[in-house]
This record gives sequence, structure tokens and C-alpha cells, in this order.
Amino acid sequence: MALGVFAASLLTACRPVEEHVPRWSKAAAAAVRQADDTTKAPAKTPVKTAAAQFPVAPPPFSDGVFPCSECHGKTDVVNRTPHPVEFHEDIVLRHDEKNRWCLDCHDAQNRDKLHLADGRLIDFTESYKLCGQCHGPTLRDWKAGEHGKRTGMWNGEKQYLLCANCHSPHSPGFKPLKPQPAPVRQEAIK
Amino acid sequence: MRELPTLPMPAPEPPAEGYTRREALVMGLFALAAAATTTGCAADKLALDDFVAKHFKDLSPAELQDRLAQMEKRYTESYGKPVKVSATPAQEGVLFGYALDLSRCIGCRKCVYGCVEENNQSRDPQTHWITVLEMDKEGGVNLQNANAFYDHETVPAPGKFYMPVACQQCENPPCVKVCPVEATWREPDGIVVIDYDWCIGCRNCIAGCPYGARRFNWGTPGIPKDEFNPVTEYLGNRPRQRGVVEKCTFCIQRVRQGLYPKCVEVCPVGARKFGNLLDPESEIRYIIENKRVYILKEELNTQPKFFYYYGL
Repeated sequence: MALGVFAASLLTACRPVEEHVPRWSKAAAAAVRQADDTTKAPAKTPVKTAAAQFPVAPPPFSDGVFPCSECHGKTDVVNRTPHPVEFHEDIVLRHDEKNRWCLDCHDAQNRDKLHLADGRLIDFTESYKLCGQCHGPTLRDWKAGEHGKRTGMWNGEKQYLLCANCHSPHSPGFKPLKPQPAPVRQEAIK
Repeated sequence: MRELPTLPMPAPEPPAEGYTRREALVMGLFALAAAATTTGCAADKLALDDFVAKHFKDLSPAELQDRLAQMEKRYTESYGKPVKVSATPAQEGVLFGYALDLSRCIGCRKCVYGCVEENNQSRDPQTHWITVLEMDKEGGVNLQNANAFYDHETVPAPGKFYMPVACQQCENPPCVKVCPVEATWREPDGIVVIDYDWCIGCRNCIAGCPYGARRFNWGTPGIPKDEFNPVTEYLGNRPRQRGVVEKCTFCIQRVRQGLYPKCVEVCPVGARKFGNLLDPESEIRYIIENKRVYILKEELNTQPKFFYYYGL
């Protein structure tokens, strides 16, 4: 692992990080640049950012997997044909697996980000946007507080859970739980 | 003739702490006599104060403060940690509503035990404010065939669905109507509360509640000291005595401070929703306006503020 980190840092040191341009969509790239410009422009009034609007729990990364760029470099050979992936054998894809593959959501160029269908890059903390591309009504209900759990204050600050906090993105079905003990029957109470 | 099961009656044991009403009465008379002869003692004074304590609504602000301070002192001594007893008034412009998604509940009973810990329910003898009913999906909501004692390796069990039931916080509460001493009433924010010091333990309210939501303390409640929740409310989760009725208060000690009830926070599937029915932006209003909502035993005109719905 340490060697990998060293190699990655060496790589980044040797090759200056280029601005990410999704190769498959020039229009999307322009949109990204435009979006970047608007965020960089000095705002007169404080803008309610997406992060502040939906304060979410940390994404549920397995220990030591993030940042992904520690192992994945820019020199990765990008193979879009579904195939077993070394070091990620534990991931079982049960999420429309006949039609989808890792790089439909994970970005091949910037491994620390996800990308939407139009190529826009998003952080893992905004992954609900990605899920909402297919699960639109669920995202709508989640934003309104109907889908998913919120904690905090009913009349104030709330914390949302990300979709991925409950549904593993790779196999999103909710896993059965062991129930807490049944109540004591009335006749058994002494 | 078939032998009928006997009702579980409390064994006539001497109470460890505090006094029963009868004892307090006797002692009160003694204390009065003692006070008259200026030879009273502290324990008698406390019992006397309990016995002559006014109804919660009749307490003046100064008397209420005295009462709260007295309780805090007593509970702090009993449970070995600083206990806070508040009497937070209802917020203006708030009517609490609760929604529960039957299509998501998996029957794990985490809410039941979260509630027990938050609200200082007796561990032994066992008291649960929430009952989770298991029913057949094929049969729909059929309370006659509901089972609260299911015990599976994992839930949800195939072909079953789950319906947690607790106090429905009715707008037209039968339990309040039948109480002969007005020891239970509906607060302006919609929470039906009980003054445990005014309850005479007649259990009319238990018979009156169509939801089976009220619980009686047949024995002296037993709570381990280290598990006692020291943030308490006069009309909520402060320790109860033997012989009084208790029930869900939407976690009055939490919701009047703006927090979600405990069951909302411990639910692993996010099936439980809570908010202000008077706030058009609240999630509870969104659910009522957009989902298939129904209330339990609507035909009784109890007008619950607890809504069941199907989110999927």
C-alpha cells in the first residue's frame, strides 16, 4: 500500500494534473467549465449551496479505500467491458448488472469523483444526484423528507443520510435484520 | 368447567421507596399532627407534600418550580446522577403529527427498545409503549389476526408486514373522556399527557383506549441506575410510581425542544416521520398531501394525529 502511495505521488509529481475533460462529451465539458465559473464568481449574497441544503452523513466507504486515487492513477488502462476487477472481488454487483458497469458511475479519469450521465463530475457526498437520474420520484421524496431517515430537529437543522448509507450502491436491496426480543407475554409477568 | 387464567395481581409487598396513597394518607395525618406539635421529620414532610400536591394545571409558577426542584433532588438521590425535570410548555402554532410508512417497516423492534431507554420505561416488570404487530400481507390490516410475539431469525419474514402501534394522540381522545379525575388531558400541541401524581390507577383509560396504547404499572417500575435517562419532563419520562398509567408522549421531552422523537431517530429504514401539521413545508404535510394515508379505526371518530401510509 505504502509503495502504491509513493508511486501515485511520484506520478502526480511528474505529470502536472490536467483539468479533467470528459472525452465523450464536449458539450458536457463546456457545461462543467460554465458551472465552475459560476461558483468562482464572487456572490453578493450568501448562496445556499447544495451541501448546506442537504447536510448528509459521510459516505460509507470501506476502511482505507478512499481516496481512490491512492491506487488508481491516470495511467490506468480503461477497459469498459465488464470483467472481474482485482482488489475489488468483494463487490457483488446486483444493481441492473446486465446493463451497467463500474464506470457508468465512477469516473475513469478522476477516480475520487462520480460522474452523472452528462459527464458532470460530482463528489461522493452528492451521490444522491447520481441515484436520482434513474430513481427520480425517490429523489423527490428524499428531498422532501419522506424517503430515508433524517435526524436532528423537526423545526431546524437536520442531517440526511445518503442513499448509499442504507442501500449499498452495488447491491441496493435492504438486508434483513435480526429483530429485537419479543415482548414478555402478559401472563408471564410476575 | 375450564379453569380461567388468573389476572396478574401485584404481590402485597412493602414498597421499597416512596409510599402508597393509603400509607401517605395515614402518614399525612401523623405528619399533620407532628407539624402541629413542631416535631416533624424530613421523610414525613416529603410524603405529605406528595399527598397534598395539586393537579399539574393548578400549580402556580412558584409552586411548580418548588415541585420540580423537589423531584430533581429525589430522583438525583435515587439514581445517583444529576436528573433534570422540566415542565416545558407547548410551542405556539404547533400541532404535532406522526406518519409511519407500512411499506417500509421491517418489524425489527428497534423503536420499541429505543423508546424504553429514552422514556425510562420499566425493564422489570417489562413495559413497552410500542407494540409491533405482524400480519399477513394477504390479509391486509386485520388486527384480529395480528401477532405481537413473533420471533424470527431475521425480519421481515416472507409474506408478512408489520404495524407498530403506540398512542395515536387523538384529537378526540376517549381515554381523556373516561378519566374520572382529569389526570390525563390533551395539550395545545396535540400531545395527550398524564399527571402521574394525580392518576388514581382506576384504569378506565386503558379500557377506553381503542388502540391498546396505555400501560399500567402493576409493580414498582425497575430501571437500572446506569440506564436511567436523566433528561426528563414532568408530563413525560420522569420516573413513574406503582399503580399509575403511562403511555407514549411523542417524546415530549425531546419534541418540545425541537428534536425528533427517539423512535424516528433509531428506525433503521426511515419508516417513521414526524413534524408540525400546521407547517405547510414539513415532511408530515408532504406525506399527507402526496401519499396514500389512513388512520387506524377511523370509524370511532377519535381523530388520531398518527397516520399510517404507503410510501411505495
